Amino acid sequence: MSTERTIMLRVNGRDEPGRFPAHRTLLEALRQIGHTEVKSGCEKGDCGACAVLVDGMAVDSCLTLAWTAEGAEITTVSGLGDLDALHPVQQAFSDGGAAQCGYCTPGIIIAAKAIIDRHPDPTEEDIRIGLSGNLCRCTGYTKVFEAVSEAAAIMRAGSDGR
Amino acid sequence: MNRPNIRFRQVGRPLTRTDAPGKVTGRTPYAGDYVMPGMLHMGVVRADIASARLVRLDVSKARALAGVACVLTAADLPERTASTDIPGQVGQKRLDTGQQILVRERVRYFGEPLALIAAETRDIADHAMELVEIELEPIPGVYDPLEAMKPGAPVVTAPDNIVAERRIRKGDVEAGFAAADLVVENTFRTPFQEHAFLEPEVGLAWVDENDVVNIRVSTQVIEHFRPIADAIGVPHNKVRIRGALVGGGFGGKEDLTVEVYLALLTKRTGRPVRLEYTREDSFVGHGKRHPFILTYRTGVTKEGKITALDVTMVADSGAYVFLSPYVLLYALVAAPGPYRVDNLNVFARAVATNNMFTSAFRGFGALQACAAYEQQMDEVAQAVGLDRLELRRRNFLKTGEPMSTGFVPPSAIWTDQCAERAWAALGEPAPAEGPRCVGRGIACYQQSYGRLTFLHDTSEAWVGVEMDGTVVVRSGVTDIGAGQVSALGQIAVEVLGVTLDNVVVYNSDSAVTPLAGTTTATRALYMTGNAVKQAAEGVRARLVDRAARAFGVEPDAVDLGDNLAFVVDDPEKSMPLVELVRTCGAEGIHRSELAMFRAPFTDFLDPETGQGQAHPDYAYGAHAVEVAVDVDTGEVEVLKSVAAHDVGQCINPAAVEGQIQGGAQNGQGYALSEEMLYEEGRLITPSFSEYLMPTAMDMPKVECIILESRSGVGPYGAKGIGEPAMTPVAPAIANAVADAIGVRVFEMPITPERVVRALKRRDEAARSGPVA
Repeated sequence: MSTERTIMLRVNGRDEPGRFPAHRTLLEALRQIGHTEVKSGCEKGDCGACAVLVDGMAVDSCLTLAWTAEGAEITTVSGLGDLDALHPVQQAFSDGGAAQCGYCTPGIIIAAKAIIDRHPDPTEEDIRIGLSGNLCRCTGYTKVFEAVSEAAAIMRAGSDGR
Repeated sequence: MNRPNIRFRQVGRPLTRTDAPGKVTGRTPYAGDYVMPGMLHMGVVRADIASARLVRLDVSKARALAGVACVLTAADLPERTASTDIPGQVGQKRLDTGQQILVRERVRYFGEPLALIAAETRDIADHAMELVEIELEPIPGVYDPLEAMKPGAPVVTAPDNIVAERRIRKGDVEAGFAAADLVVENTFRTPFQEHAFLEPEVGLAWVDENDVVNIRVSTQVIEHFRPIADAIGVPHNKVRIRGALVGGGFGGKEDLTVEVYLALLTKRTGRPVRLEYTREDSFVGHGKRHPFILTYRTGVTKEGKITALDVTMVADSGAYVFLSPYVLLYALVAAPGPYRVDNLNVFARAVATNNMFTSAFRGFGALQACAAYEQQMDEVAQAVGLDRLELRRRNFLKTGEPMSTGFVPPSAIWTDQCAERAWAALGEPAPAEGPRCVGRGIACYQQSYGRLTFLHDTSEAWVGVEMDGTVVVRSGVTDIGAGQVSALGQIAVEVLGVTLDNVVVYNSDSAVTPLAGTTTATRALYMTGNAVKQAAEGVRARLVDRAARAFGVEPDAVDLGDNLAFVVDDPEKSMPLVELVRTCGAEGIHRSELAMFRAPFTDFLDPETGQGQAHPDYAYGAHAVEVAVDVDTGEVEVLKSVAAHDVGQCINPAAVEGQIQGGAQNGQGYALSEEMLYEEGRLITPSFSEYLMPTAMDMPKVECIILESRSGVGPYGAKGIGEPAMTPVAPAIANAVADAIGVRVFEMPITPERVVRALKRRDEAARSGPVA
């Protein structure tokens, strides 16, 4: 067994301590400290269900070691908004029927947020490429594509002060 | 009887599903998100040879490892099996086809469980798994169902590996062929398929203060508490399944998965235990879609009328029986598709091999039949020189006509309209460019909704109105992602005249929610929707009756809507629902109702002729696609994908579209890219980097055309869409590829390699023989 160390993870704007061995992935660490909104689908970086933002970049938390995320700003789907105040991306997914079983949704919403941060007016190609690391088995992606476009439009409108 | 709603207020609207906000915020707990103090973590040790004798299994080092709480092998268990027969039914005799819980002596498939380990941490459990010493002596196995039927083949299931055999004998097939101008014969092969739900199998079990084994588990079937109790040797009322919203099912969480292992270890240790499959566990730990070999021989006249059809089907059942006899039955019944064939022979067999066992998967045999009959229709059209749609039109089964089993489906059959609409929606063809050929394909289907009627299926639901006018629904139904729960809420509030934000649905607990039966077989809306409607109508009748007395009118003059009870012809006369409910409360008028909906109960089909009723009813529709095939690389791109289905009545159109679009993706992967490669039964593609399902880069936007005949046997005339959405997709794609390159690939998935081989075959045929 490897050495354990207590580190501070900054998750959704809060510092949260946890004691982990060197081989503990960020996915396992986040779930261990209660962030079960981050889902485990393959633990190999194939499916994207565990995606979180690390300093604004969408990464597979299953391919990231927890120790290496110390000091970084980590955002999970729960950090974007909550039931009483949905983030525009969450709102668009909810209203647009883009979540079915919902298991891939936390990762896909994180990927969608990263797409829109990078391309405020994303083309279909931007959306497809941005989602290419996230598998979904329920939706066929059609409503996901639509929700990302819709969310981007809402966020553009919002940033114009409307 | 009170008057039905004049117009829908909630049903038929694309409402935001009640489960959506929780899912988009990460608030929704899945079965894997539950933990308990003192919880142990489990691992499953599996065989790495598909056919072997267990010579030695030494777990002493694993047991001795610090932090290991328990290691179980077959030697620690009494001689019991886990049922693999139809789950969730009552009163039916189960087939004696159980699976050994852990390997005692004979390993029959790759990944069969040998030992269970529970430890303080997952790391320790993983370490202990490596310390288990296993000695397996290989035994010759059989990995091809055709080989398995030959005399002298290794026996997986005694006596002859044939685990099920079914027949249809209808009309006079010989006379039908004699009357034909042409006979077209082809053999089609369909592959294994992995469900690939994003949430691997997972559960948490504990023994409570009443000595009840509680299992929080991701499952389509909470009624598994009965076979679990049988497998661990406790009374049925000592096992409680608490479901959770399921992270995808598709049939892959219909059979038992982790439940028995969890139950055994929590009983043994007295501590909570958690088992989460890795993705690789999931690939080898649950049954797959049956591969089929289907031979179709069709007699047809010059005018394109089918005069006879003879079909032979062989399904690979794998190493255990599971649902093979029923999957085979679906394929049998579906054999001619949505066409009128009066002279029909079908002979279908499911055969045991040492491959992964096969069981339920969206489409359940009827899908494999569709993959064959719709490719065959294109081949027949080409042989008689008719347009593909025209040939179909001349043979479509029409409303009121008898299907393959002689049964007349009670609902409307709108295949023709669906096919026309889907085909037309493809619009202008894309241009062919360079090595890219463009082609189009269509496939029509018939798919049941609701379970086999000889199973005598039932579903229960409870509906009540609270003192503030809000509504509570209780039903055991599991929600596997299609919005089953939200649809039930929508039905309840439609009947009771409130809005969707006024209902909470409690579901999926085998001890406290009335048992609704499985979420399988496209039955949840049909069965439980009807049960909820029935229960809500019971409550409504009493509310309306009381309101009518208050208004001094007959009950059928009163309606409920917008949180009011009112007189339909005199809406000034109204009272808030909350006031009406309080009055009922004060007077002891019952504000809740428990209802049971019963599907038609029938006998089994005639074993010789296959005639009789198999299902409550059928759905019909069509899928059309346009593809581009790169003749240099063999790659197929789906450019357009259009579905047209008669769903009877949409409860939530957005959810219906979601099913259709997901079905399009599931079928596209099945047609083109999803391939489980086995070597002597050993799966060599156990990850999503090897098993390729369509990504956001591969899927076109899927267009949905939804028709509503309001003729179904579900609530408000609904049919079902869960399985139908997928059924016609793969043959539509296969037909489009054949249209594009002028040669058919007879085996799915239609990978680039197979396309290139087919093109070579085409070019060699063109060189070698002048076709006058």
